[in-house]
Parts: sequence; structure tokens; C-alpha cells
Amino acid sequence: MNKNYLSTSSEWTFETIEAYDREIARIAHEKFRLDTYPNQIEIIRSDQMMDAYASIGMPVFYNHWSYGKHFVNVEQNYSRGRMGLAYEIVINSNPCIAYLMEENTLTMQALVIAHACYGHNSFFKGNYLFRSWTDAEAIVDYLLFAKNYIAHCEERYGVRNVELLLDSCHALMNYGVDRYKRPTPISAAAEALRQQEREQYIQQHINDLWRTLPRKAQVDEAIEIQKFPAESQENILYFIEKNAPLLEGWQREIVRIVRKVAQYFYPQRQTQVMNEGWATFWHYTILHEMYDEGLVNEGFMMEFLTSHTNVVMQPDFDSRYYSGINPYALGFAMMKDIRRICENPTDEDQRWFPDIAGSDWISTLDHVMRNYRDESFILQFMSPKIMRDFHFFALQDDDRRNVIDVTAIHNDEGYRLLRETLSQQYNLSSQEPDIQVESVNIRGDRSLTLYHHMHNRRPLSNDCYEMLRHVHRLWGYDVHLHSVETDGRRVRSYHLQEGRE
Amino acid sequence: MAYVVDRRLNSKNKSLVNRQRFLKRYHEQIREAVSDAVSRRNITDMQRGDSITIPKRDISEPVFRHGQGGQRDIVHPGNKEFVQGDRIQRPPAGGGGGSGSGDASDSGEGVDDFVFQISQSEFLEYLFEDLALPNMVKRQLVGSDSFETQRAGFSEVGSPNQINIVRTMRSAQARRIALSGKARRRRREVLAELADLEEQEEPKSEEERLALEEELSRLNFRLNTVPFLDDFDLKYNLHIRVPKPSPKAVMFCVMDVSGSMTQDIKETAKRFFFLLYLFLQKNYEHIDVVFIRHHTQAQEVDEETFFYSRETGGTVVSSALNLMSDIINERYSPNEWNIYGAQASDGDNWQEDNQRCQKALVDGILPNVQYFTYIEIGDRDPQGLWHLYQHLESDYADRFAIQRVRDNSEIYPVFRELFKKTMTVD
Repeated sequence: MNKNYLSTSSEWTFETIEAYDREIARIAHEKFRLDTYPNQIEIIRSDQMMDAYASIGMPVFYNHWSYGKHFVNVEQNYSRGRMGLAYEIVINSNPCIAYLMEENTLTMQALVIAHACYGHNSFFKGNYLFRSWTDAEAIVDYLLFAKNYIAHCEERYGVRNVELLLDSCHALMNYGVDRYKRPTPISAAAEALRQQEREQYIQQHINDLWRTLPRKAQVDEAIEIQKFPAESQENILYFIEKNAPLLEGWQREIVRIVRKVAQYFYPQRQTQVMNEGWATFWHYTILHEMYDEGLVNEGFMMEFLTSHTNVVMQPDFDSRYYSGINPYALGFAMMKDIRRICENPTDEDQRWFPDIAGSDWISTLDHVMRNYRDESFILQFMSPKIMRDFHFFALQDDDRRNVIDVTAIHNDEGYRLLRETLSQQYNLSSQEPDIQVESVNIRGDRSLTLYHHMHNRRPLSNDCYEMLRHVHRLWGYDVHLHSVETDGRRVRSYHLQEGRE
Repeated sequence: MAYVVDRRLNSKNKSLVNRQRFLKRYHEQIREAVSDAVSRRNITDMQRGDSITIPKRDISEPVFRHGQGGQRDIVHPGNKEFVQGDRIQRPPAGGGGGSGSGDASDSGEGVDDFVFQISQSEFLEYLFEDLALPNMVKRQLVGSDSFETQRAGFSEVGSPNQINIVRTMRSAQARRIALSGKARRRRREVLAELADLEEQEEPKSEEERLALEEELSRLNFRLNTVPFLDDFDLKYNLHIRVPKPSPKAVMFCVMDVSGSMTQDIKETAKRFFFLLYLFLQKNYEHIDVVFIRHHTQAQEVDEETFFYSRETGGTVVSSALNLMSDIINERYSPNEWNIYGAQASDGDNWQEDNQRCQKALVDGILPNVQYFTYIEIGDRDPQGLWHLYQHLESDYADRFAIQRVRDNSEIYPVFRELFKKTMTVD
């Protein structure tokens, strides 16, 4: 084979990075048909990497103490050698911004370029969640707006006030996303909505007058009042932004900013295994292709494989390094497995995956990447081989029993249950408590009632009193939270009322 | 094809604001941690930065999440011996480690402390926050290096490099207007008249024209003699040397080393002296420290001897106080020096000596010092010296303070008590 190494040194220069990028881009685009945003590769120092960490990876971000806390934590652990920094951070924007650390060797830079600039990048551009929920064109501009707006509010209304508001919003951040995109309302519905908003506006201003009426009258009327909101609302922050009676304009805007940011990150939280698996699969495949083409030498490959192996290591549950399932390991194994099923299907694969066994692997993987998230990806594509390789087993921990049951292992009876259980583990809506706005007492004390729809009888943690305080700060009036069983029974109630707790 | 951008030259410390906000928010906890650190640490590394530990629950950011209980299904990798239907004993609550189900992993309710580092200056900042030196009045000007140059307006004389161009030009213009304004106006009139004459072209005006022309040339001469810039216009920036108060302080450490003072008590005293030293260091540029130890006789010694050599014998406190006032008289003139005294003792003293102590303090020391503190270490009842000093404290409230300390952990609170800001007296 003809050897034409791009370089043999481990020191990177801007020229060599560009050369590698050119080759990687050629292989990714032409050979493997990856569709990417243009790339912007930024070389930064390790302390800048820490800064980037602290502001959840974004190039601009508003100020808040919690990022400072995050920062001192990272700084501390890094300087003590307790943790390494990520080799890269990549931002879902157009152009796709990737940060590379200057400490990396040339091999690492090549790995990172393949991983971030072509792997993650094509995932951001292709996956349906990112396509429908995030706006890669506008995010950096929006964050810049957010930063300036919040800085302006701090000047005008005081750092302390803004900070308190942000605390509360951050606490509810996971409840600031629309989990299911609603169809755009038809015009009549939109009109009705506006109408409703107008009414609401009047409502809010009239309530003060009504308070002076005798209590009796209120109770009678409350019976015939329609429930508000008509349907329960899962997006608590949105509901607060639109309906909280006491918030001022700027406060609503800040709630909205936090909501937008939460929405932007929501797809990432839902596609961790897929996203990392996809990127890892591609750096692995692309760099191997480079080796096959004679562009890199054995030394390069040894170094690359060493760090690749570290990244995809999965400790067993009883190891002291175990901290859950490594998304890189699982995702990479599954992506690779899908390629195997396409190229060399076994009889088992023919039975389990009749529609993809033997198909073109590049287009199959592309289809997978575009149309799934972790939960459905695992449910659909985890093969028995993966379960055997990982030695997966499922446990059921039920507080009504004093033992823990092993419900499934990697055998013929267990595969389906195992796969279902694992897929649920990546279903955010079953991992996070399902809490929704149930009703507002619009004619009475304006109290807000939240329902926690229990799943498998799992209760809320003790945090939730603290949480109610945050909800209360935003809502301004009493807040009630009921844990509700599937049969509608109220199992437990939490209240936060004015003047007492 | 990607753009490769070098961002390494961009500014660092993008997170500085966030970090400061974090410190500000947990101000109270950090201050507590600092005061813990003082009682825990060795004196020699007292002024390093420190790792600050805050209980995690204090700074957690709450979110709604599941608590313990209910039914949970979870998948783990690495099965070795389990088969379907196996039952595993639930590990004891909070166990976490060990084999078994390995189930403690993702409940996420760990209560580890949050530890981070603050720098030396931040440490001292927190340590001495809200503290002030009482009577920081005496500021003697010493040495030639304690001058600083300040701008002091403008002057008519100076060296060329100090010329203030704006001022100079302004003054030149004013002078030119003052000296030539009238002549200039006149010249305009003359020129206009001459122009008129030309139009009329009457011979009888010849004489008049000659007169006008003569006046014009006189005016031109006059105007030309007004210089653009005159010596008189030059203005110079004036710098004067202002004597800079260079605060000097001397700190007297007075300690009883008689037999009754155990090494523990000395250690406590040492912490107190050290805190005082750090505190003075923050406020004064130059500090001398004088160590005076005493049993029945007093001696000025070096630091090592002061803290570590042991003596036995009785206790005559007045000897040390007399020595202190002698040293003040000899070397540290109260006009030049801010004098601080700190005395540590277990409170023992010869009964008969108390009167002499009072005299030494009232005559030789208290009039000269900025502040004199006395700490009595030990958990016995107040001793003779304490009662004596209590009387004095009420008479010299602005410069004399006494406190009792039982052990190391009390040093810092007592120190704060002695120097807290409300003590300032004008």
C-alpha cells in the first residue's frame, strides 16, 4: 500500500491540523456521506476550557453564582489532578463551534476533529430532535441577547433580585420544556387563545375587587367556575411566564430565557447515548479509514486506540469505578453492532432485525441517527449480542419487599424485558418526576395546584419543599403539590402558604 | 473545510464574575470555614490560602426528583452469577459499597461536602473582615522614600517637558486678543475707508488717503509685534512631592513563661500573637515585633526562645511591663510609631506586684500605645491580674481590652471580639 503520512510528529501545528481536517472532511463527506454544518475549530488553553465548562460549554452566557460554583469545583479537581478535562467541547450551532485544547497531541486533535466536527456535528444537523427543537443558526445570537438582557436587568433591578429569580427558574429548568410538540393551532384556535388571554388579563385585574366581597359568595361561584387551565400543563415555566399574576415584564422575559435555554439542551439530554455513540463510532471508523489509506502510521493508531479504549470502557457493576452505564461504551457498541448486522448478519440477527439485516450500513445508520432518541433507539436496535457482551441484568427494587429481585438476565427469556427496562432508564419522562400544573384558583386565593403523577409509586425527594419555595417565589401566591396515584388517589400533599410553611 | 481559529490569546478569567458571585453568596459559610481553619491550623501556614468546605446541602441547587421508595427497575452491566428469579438481600441503607446489587449508584443524594480553594488574600480578607485597628492615628513621616509626587495645578515656571500645551495656548490666545483686538478692529475700519476712497476717486481725498495709509502701516507694525507665543504664556504642570504617611507599627508580645505556663497555653498564646501580627501586617507597611518574656525577671528575646524555651519560677508581671516601657522610651518613640501591646498569661502574679503593674501600665504604657490587649488563658477562675485589669479597662476603654480564652478554638472569636469595628473611637 502506498504510504503518504500526513505527519509523523506528535506536535500539532495549524498547518497539520488543517491537513488532517481536510482529509477527515473528505472521508466523512465523500466516503461516508455525512452531512454536516460548516466547522469552526477553536484552539483554547486549559483554563479557557474550564471557563467553557463552567458556562455549560457555551461561548457566551449570562452570569450566575451556580456557574461560579461549578467553576471552582472544576478548577479544584483539575488542579489536584483528580479529573482530566474533556478533550473537546462542541456546540450545536451553525457554524458548528468545536473547542480543542492546546495540550492535546496531534493524534488527539485528529481524533477530536473526527469526533466532534464530523460526528457530533452531523448528529446535530440530522437528528429529528435537534432539527425540530433547536435553532442552530440563532443560538449564539440568542445567548448574547440573553447575557446582555440579564446584565441590563441586574443594573436596573439589582443583582440580588435577578439572582433570586434565576435561582427559581433554574430549579424548574427541567420543567421548562415542551415534551411533545403541539401542532400549530389553526387560526380559530389561535383567536380563541388570544381571546382567553385577554379575558385572563381582565380577570387578573378584577380579582382584586372581588376580594372585598363576602367569602360566602365566592365559594358559591367557585363551584361553577371552569377549571383553569383547561388541561394540565407540563411546561411549568411556560405557564408561569404567561400566567403568574405578580411578575413584571422583565421577570417574564428572564423566565423565558431560562425556558429557551432548557429547551435548547433538552435534545442533548435525550440523545446522550446516541450522540456520543455516533460520534465515537465515526472517529473510530474515519481514523481507521485514514490508516487504511496510508495517511497515518502505526504510532498514530496506537495512541488513538489507547485513548479510544479508555473512552469506551465499561466497568462492571461491582467494580469500584462503576458509576452507571457509560453512554460512550453503550452507544459505540450499538452503532458498531448495527453495522455488523448490516454487513454480516447471523441467523439470530435475521430473526431479530429482518428489515436491517444485510442492508447498506451507511444508509441504515443514517436513518437510525435521524429518527431516534435514546429510549427508542435502545428499544429498537439493541441486539441480544450487545446484551450478552455487556452481561446486562435487570433488578427490581420494590420497597414493599425486603429483597431485590433479578427480573431478567441476558438469556432468551430475558432479552425483551431487559431491553425494555434499559430503554425506560433513558426515558426522561419516567426518570424525572412527572409534575404538571393542575389548576389555579382564579376566583379565590389564586393558589396554584401542581399534581405529581406518580410512577411505580415513587415518591418525591425531600428537595421538594425547597422547590415549592421556588415555585412560590415565581407564582407569588400559595402553592400546593399533590402526589397522585394512577387511580387519582392523593397519596401525599405538600403546601406552601403565605405566612406559614 | 473548517476554519481553524486560535483563541489562546483571548482573555482568561471569563468565569471570574461567576466565581465572585459564588463567594459572595456563600459569604457566611466561607467565613465560618475560615474561622474553623484558624483553630485547626498550624501558625506557620496560617496565611496560606485554604480549602474551604461547605456542606453540600447548603449550596445544592434543588430540583424535583424521586426520593427513596416505590418500585424501581434498573439495568446494570457485568452480570457474573445472577440468573432470573434470584433474590438479593437489600444492602443496608446508606451502605452503597460492597457487592450485592450495587444499587446506591444513581439515587444522587450524596451528602459530600463541597470543597474548593481560596487564595491567600481572599483568606486574609475573610479572616479580618469587619475588624479595624483602633486608634490608627499616629502617622509619623519617616525616611525619604515616603514621598509621593502629586499633581498640584499649574505653574509659570518649570522644565520644558512639563509644558501644558492646552493651558499655554489658551493663555497665548488670550494675550493676543487683549493686545491686538483694538488694533485689528481699527485696521478693518481703515481698510474699509481706503476701499471707499478708491471708489470715489476724488483728488481732494489724496491727503486723506495718505493719512489712512500711514495709519494702516502703523497698525500693521503694531500687530506684527504681538508675538504668537510669549514667555509670559508658558504654563507648566506642577508636581509637588507630598510626604506620604508611612505607617510603622511595633508590636510587643509579652508572655509569662513561669512554671505554671504549660506548652499548651503557650501554643494558644502564640496563635493569638500570630493573628495580631497578620492583622497588623495587613494595615501597616512596616512592623517590628518585640518579644518580651518574663518570670520574675523580664527579658527581650528572639522568637524561638520566646515560644520554646522553658523557665520556671515565680511571676512578676511588672518586670515585663517596665521593660516594655523602657524599650518604648529607647527605641520606639510614640511620636513615630504605632505601638501595640499584647500580653498573654495564665493570670498568676505576685499579689504585691499588682500595684506596680498598675503603675507601669498607667504611667509608662497606656499613654503611649494605640492598643493594649490582654488575654488570660486557661479555664480556671479569673486570677489576680484579671481583677486588676478589669478596673483599668473601664478607665481606658479606647485602648485597653481584656478577654479570657479557654482553648485554641476560642482564639479567633476572642480576637474578633477585641478588634471588631465598633471599637473604633475617635
